[in-house]
Formats: sequence, C-alpha cells, structure tokens
Amino acid sequence: MASQPENDGFVVFDRVQKSYDGEILVVKDLNLSIGRGEFLTMLGPSGSGKTTCLMMLAGFETATHGDILLGGQPINNIPPHKRGIGMVFQNYALFPHMTVGENLSFPLEVRKISKSDREEKVKRALDMVQMGDFLNRRPAQLSGGQQQRIALARALVFEPELVLMDEPLGALDKQLREHMQFEITRLAHNLGITTVYVTHDQTEALTMSDRVAVFDDGRIQQLDPPDILYEEPKNSFVAQFIGENNTLEGVIKEIRGKTCMVRLDDGEEIIATPINVGEVGQRTKVSIRPERVEYNKERMHDDAHTIKAEVLEFIYMGDIFRTRLKVAGNEDFVIKTRNAPDQVKLKPGTQIEIGWLPEDCRALDA
Amino acid sequence: MSDATETSGPMLAADGRPLKASLNRALRRQKLRALMLIAPLLIFILVAFIAPIADMLFRSVENRIVEETLPRTVAAMDDWDADAEPTPGEEVYFALFRDLFVASEKKIHTRLGSRLNYETTGISSLFRQTGRDVEDIAEIYEDQFDDLNENWTEEVFWAELMGDPDWFAEASTTEDGTGPDFVMKEGMEDRLPMTAEAYRTFAEFTQVEDEDNPVGENVWPLVHAMLYHDLTGNAAVDGYTGFGSEELQAAKEAAADFEGVDYKQTFLDIDEDWGDPTILGTIKVYSPTYTPGYFLTAVDLQLNPEGVEAQDEDQAIYIKLFWRTVWMSLTITFATIVLGYPVAYLLSSLPMRVSSLLMILVLLPFWTSLLVRTSAWKVLLQQQGVINDLLVWSGLINEAGRLVMINNQLGTIIAMTHILLPFMILPLYSVMATIPPSFVRAAKSLGATNWVAFWRVYFPQSVPGIGAGSILVFILAIGYYITPALVGGTSGIFISNRIAYHISSSLNWGLAAALGTILLAAVLILYWAYDRIVGIDNVKLG
Repeated sequence: MASQPENDGFVVFDRVQKSYDGEILVVKDLNLSIGRGEFLTMLGPSGSGKTTCLMMLAGFETATHGDILLGGQPINNIPPHKRGIGMVFQNYALFPHMTVGENLSFPLEVRKISKSDREEKVKRALDMVQMGDFLNRRPAQLSGGQQQRIALARALVFEPELVLMDEPLGALDKQLREHMQFEITRLAHNLGITTVYVTHDQTEALTMSDRVAVFDDGRIQQLDPPDILYEEPKNSFVAQFIGENNTLEGVIKEIRGKTCMVRLDDGEEIIATPINVGEVGQRTKVSIRPERVEYNKERMHDDAHTIKAEVLEFIYMGDIFRTRLKVAGNEDFVIKTRNAPDQVKLKPGTQIEIGWLPEDCRALDA
Repeated sequence: MSDATETSGPMLAADGRPLKASLNRALRRQKLRALMLIAPLLIFILVAFIAPIADMLFRSVENRIVEETLPRTVAAMDDWDADAEPTPGEEVYFALFRDLFVASEKKIHTRLGSRLNYETTGISSLFRQTGRDVEDIAEIYEDQFDDLNENWTEEVFWAELMGDPDWFAEASTTEDGTGPDFVMKEGMEDRLPMTAEAYRTFAEFTQVEDEDNPVGENVWPLVHAMLYHDLTGNAAVDGYTGFGSEELQAAKEAAADFEGVDYKQTFLDIDEDWGDPTILGTIKVYSPTYTPGYFLTAVDLQLNPEGVEAQDEDQAIYIKLFWRTVWMSLTITFATIVLGYPVAYLLSSLPMRVSSLLMILVLLPFWTSLLVRTSAWKVLLQQQGVINDLLVWSGLINEAGRLVMINNQLGTIIAMTHILLPFMILPLYSVMATIPPSFVRAAKSLGATNWVAFWRVYFPQSVPGIGAGSILVFILAIGYYITPALVGGTSGIFISNRIAYHISSSLNWGLAAALGTILLAAVLILYWAYDRIVGIDNVKLG
C-alpha cells in the first residue's frame, strides 16, 4: 500500500444514524473521517450497513441523525446532483440507449461544458482506461470487464474529488476481478482521488485499500490499514471475518501483564495475548491464524506454546498444504503450511504436537 | 472436427450421413411434438376464426349473385354498348324475361333487387314489381295454347311429351313424394331447345325446391312462351314421331298466327324505368363475378355505367368516418399515455406489497362488465348526471350552462380512455419494472437534475413500453364498437359502428366486408410502419 495519507477530514461522518422504519437502526452512531486522497474500503457482510453509508454519502439516502461533511461543509441538504461525487454502481448502470461516448459525455453536458472540451475530456478518460476505440459502441456490445472500465471512466470524466464504488467488481470473473482491482487502485492513486469503496470481498478490501472499515451490525468494528486489520484484529468478529482463523473457546484463568492464561473448555490451558478481555473468569475466544501454527519441531520457536493435536484431513492445494486437526476438542482447527521440499505431508490419524508464539494467540471477546 | 475441416464438402456425422440431415432428423421429432401440442388450438382457430374471416373478407369483392340470377341477360348484354344506343335491343329484354320469370318462381329476384339497390336506388322495387308481372306476359302464350288444345295445360301431357318414357312410366305411378329425378326425352333438346331448357328448369325446381312430382304440377307459363318461340323459330318437329307429335305439328301450324309479345315494349309498359340506361347500365356494370364496387363505396366513390366517380356529397360518409376513427383513436391513445404513465411509474417505484395492491385497483375495471362501465359513464356524464350536478351545485356553471359531455365525441373519448387505460398501464409497468433504479441514481450522481435524469435517462428506456401500450390501445380503439355505440351519439361513432350497421341492419355484407378489410389493412400497415420505425423487437409486453 502507498504510504498512509495525512487525514485532513475530507469526508466526515459525525454521529450518523440511519433507520428506514423508525424501529431498527441500520447504521448506529457512525463516526468516520476520511482523508483527501485516501482509498477507504467499507467491508462487511450484507445487511451490515455499509451500502447505506455509501448511499447517504452519495445523497440517495438521508441520515436520520448526525451530519455528513464533505470538505468541511455539511451536505445533508444538498441534492445528489450538486454533490459532485463520482459513483460506480454494482451493475455499472451504463445508459443502454447511449453510446459509450454519449455515456461519458453525459455528466459534462449537464455541466454545460463546451463541445470541444467535452470531446477532449471524453477521449482522455477513455484512454485512461484503455478503451479509446470503443467510443461509438453501445454498452450491450461490451463485455463485463469493458463495461466496468467505461463505468469507471464515466465516474471520473468530470474530475470529481471523491469517487464512490458500490461493489463494482462483483459481476466479474476471478481473473478479471484481480486485474481490475489493480487498475482501480492505480488510477485512484495516480489521480489522487479520494475513494470510498464498498465490498463484501475481504481479499479485495485488503489488496486495494489504504484503510478498511469493517462493518457489522450497523457499527464500524475496526478501522485500520489492511496489515493491522489482519494481524491484530480487535474483536472476534473481525478475526473471523478477515482471513481464515482458528478459534478455541475458554475462560480467562489469569491475567499477567501482556499475557494471560486461558483454560479451554476441555480443561487444557494455553497462554495467549489479552486483547479484548476484561477480568478473570470471563469467557473468551482465542484466535490463532492457520499460517502461524507450526508442527515441524525443527522450525518451532523456543518460546512456542505447544499442544497435542490429531490429524484429521490433509488437503494438497498446490502452493500450500491445508491440514485439518483436532485440537482441544475443536475439530475444525486448520493449519496452512507452505509447499517446500522439506515439508512433511501429515497423514490422517497421526498424533502430532503443534505450537505457536503467544503473540500470535489472541484472546478476544466471546 | 479435424476430419471435417480437412475434407471439402458437407460435414459428416459419425455414421457418414451429412451432419445437416442427421440434425434435421433429430429435430423432426421435436418439431412434430411441438406441432401436436398446438394442433388443437391451431385447428380451432383455423376453423372457427381464420376461415370465417377469410370468407367474410372475400364477400367484399364477390358478386356472383348477378350472373347467377340473370345468366342470359348478362350474356345478352355483352354486345350492348350504352354509348351507341341508350337502351339495348329486344334480345336483352327477351333474356331478361326468361331470367326474371325463373328468378321470380324461385323468389330470388328480390335478393338481387336489394343487392343492386345498393348501387342504384329504385332497382329493388322495380324488380319486385316486375317479378309479379312477368307471369302475366307468359300467360298470354299459355292461354293461346290452351285455346288451341286443352292438352297444352295438362301437366301429365307435358310430362309425357318432354320426359323420357321410362322416367314418365315411373313418375306417373308414384303416389307420394317427388318421384325419380327428371330425365329429358332423347332428342328433345335439339327439337325444342328453349322449351326443353324451360321444362327442365321447371321439373328440377319442382323436385328440389318444392319437393313435388312434376307430373302432378301445373307447368310454368314460361314453358308455353318458349314453345311458341321454338315453334315460330326453326324447331325441327317434322321428324318427331313420338308421343304428342300430332299436337306439336298442329301447334306449329297454329303458332304462326298467335299473338306475339314485344318484350321491350312490355317491360317499358310495366315500368318506364326499364328504359333508363342507368338501371340496365348498373346491371351490366355489376355483372362480373368480382366487383370493386364495395371498396369504391367504402371510400366514397361509386361505380357507374359511365365509370368511377365521387359519391354524392350527402352520401359521402366513409372517408370522414375513417378519419374520425383514426384521430379519435389517436386522441384516446395519447390520453391513456398522459394518464397512464405517472400511474405506471408510481407502480414500478413502490415496494412490491403496495404496488400489487394498487395493481388490483388498475385491473379492477377488467372485472366489471364493459357494458356496466360504459353505462356508468352515461350516468356520470349526461346533462342531468352526477358531474353536471356537482358543477352546478359548486357554482362553477349555472343551470342553463350544463355541459354536453355525452352522445358526442367527448363522451366517446372519455369513456374509451377509461376503458383502455389498463392496456396502456400494464405494458408500461412491465417495462418500467425492468429499469433498475440505479440508472436514475447514476444520472443524478453524474450531475443531472431530477428532470434531466428522468428525461434523458429514464424516459428513453420506457419508450418501448409506450410503444407497446400505444399499439395495443390504438388497435383496440380503432375497432371499438360497444362504447361508441352507447355514448357516441351520432358524432362520436366509429367506422366499426357503421360496419355493424351494414352487417345487422342494412344487410349489405359486401360493403361491411370492404370496410372491415380496409380497417384491417390500415392496422396492418400501421403495424408495419411501426416495425420499420421503432422495431417490434423493442416492444415489450412483459
């Protein structure tokens, strides 16, 4: 990721709430500040309120409570067409009755920009997404990826300072999606545009963003750069949602500074790093990333905490091996190991000893 | 694949047969199955719908009645040139006498009279009256033959004279019923050609229509008239030795002194209209099997002996009616667009639960009888009706100024707009429901005001719905019948009301068929034009 831009509060959500029916809050007390030029992703399961936030920012939904500020100005009462925010929709929303050129020209026409300027800008925008030859095509004659590029060009052609993207890559196949992820981030950073990106795809969020806001239940659960988010999840939801995660449930037995002792439900005791736990006796979910677990004795760190495990299943996945273990009564404990020449292929049924560093074992809320 | 690309010639299937043939064989079963599935409906439609309509449309040019009723007259008139001589010669009237006598016996001369009366008024009564009088003409001969020998009025004598001996033997002993089918005596047609033909017509008519035995029925006086003409002509009775040869020989000698009839003069005495070139000219002009006459009438022209000319001003109504039908249908279509578009838009933008409820309200009129709805408009719109009462009560108009909103074009337009509105709303709705809200949002996010977003982005995408609704409403409106008939008065009726009038009241089916054909053609042309301009693929009904 590019270096973290300075947060000057270009877009600010200030204690924003939203309810559709007057009974349930879809967005609960949202506070968020996005810096100029930042690429921020709103990530969350469906129904978590992320799209609602985007729609409030675009002006298609009104906040029930609180202010949304753009460049320091409250925009709650500004209609969408005066906000000057570019937007890319999930299904591209390219106007089917207009050619590609007319689609791109549309935002310039409504801004009463002269014809020659319009042609110039349209051409530049099309070249930017390498679609210069498609000026006179209709959207229906384009492939999904091409439509995606046109939608992007259309959102950028009138040079907005802020661009919103609502799951723009959802309809593309995997390869194209990865390519477009790269294209979009490149464009956003080259042009220095502030981008708010909504997705439910965590890979997309991690690879593209400067910061990721993980939404659940109408709240931001964690707002951090991708590496922090992955390595230091602040609660069990984030830990579960981002990447693959092994969970062991138990009770806090003892807290000692930066470590704590957790008694697992089957009586086993392990050392963990307390992150989101209060006092002794509280229930906790201990989270360990599959790739941080080691079973090769020669590689195991001296400080590693070890525990017995039984191999249940071995899956060969090419670049990695995925092994399912039974650990402390949990039969879904997964470990991932790199496919290296000296790596052992574990056989189902064997009893092994696995280990991890206490720092990689995080005690979170239950 | 590689085999096929290497060899030239058609692609072959695994068994070596051409791939196309194999594919066709595989598809034939499916096609047959599909055909079997639609067969019952197809047959039903063909038999109960397409065939009758084709038959009906065929009547718009069909004109056999003239040559079937007056075959000899039509043939005799071939040589008559109305420009050279105003009235035809004796032979035409002679033929007319023979034709009319038979027609009047068969009682079909009045049908022909009504048919020709569409073209020239007065022919109907002329035919009816003349039909009564031709009998008297023929009786002049009958009486003279009777005076000569009473045998000539004996039906049995005639039967034995004209009939084949075997036939006569059997027929004369048959007590009940029609007897065996009439068989002419050999050689009779050569000896007495006209008499034989007249007697055969009489015998067959008696057997087939009256279901009587010719042996026991009074012979038509026409036969006597023909006998006179045969005998005074070159009848070869000299060589005849069979039954009644003596009577024939005697009649031939006596006939030379009989009182003859000047047919032309007689017809003129019956009615001087028989000397009117227009009357006979009309018969001549309408003698072919097919006639453009109905179509010409349908476009306010008429086919005269002098040629095609414009209909009299007071009778020229069809062009006016066609135009009125078209422009009122257009007005109704436009009104349904204006009223239906916002409703369809609302329906498509509301949540499903609410929109289904509203849709029921839109469809409610479908569940009410068309007659009831039209009658309801009568109650609402009439001068002493609900709307006028409300306006008077609210003081907007005074008692004397009650509005005339029914039995005129306004009434038809109001009632039909209401009745046809669902046919506009439904296709509009189904098209609008497929326009994602993201389009308008996208337009707004790109800087378009509400109006621009609607007009430049939403409206163009709803045009297929307008097209579908307009075609539907216009085609329904242009052929509408009940509502204009009930609330249209005289100024608000459509061409279809005129068609119905000709079908059920004036019984001029040919003209009704011609009007209907023109209407059908107009709709098809409109449909074609629409397809060329908008493209029928762009029309979505759902």
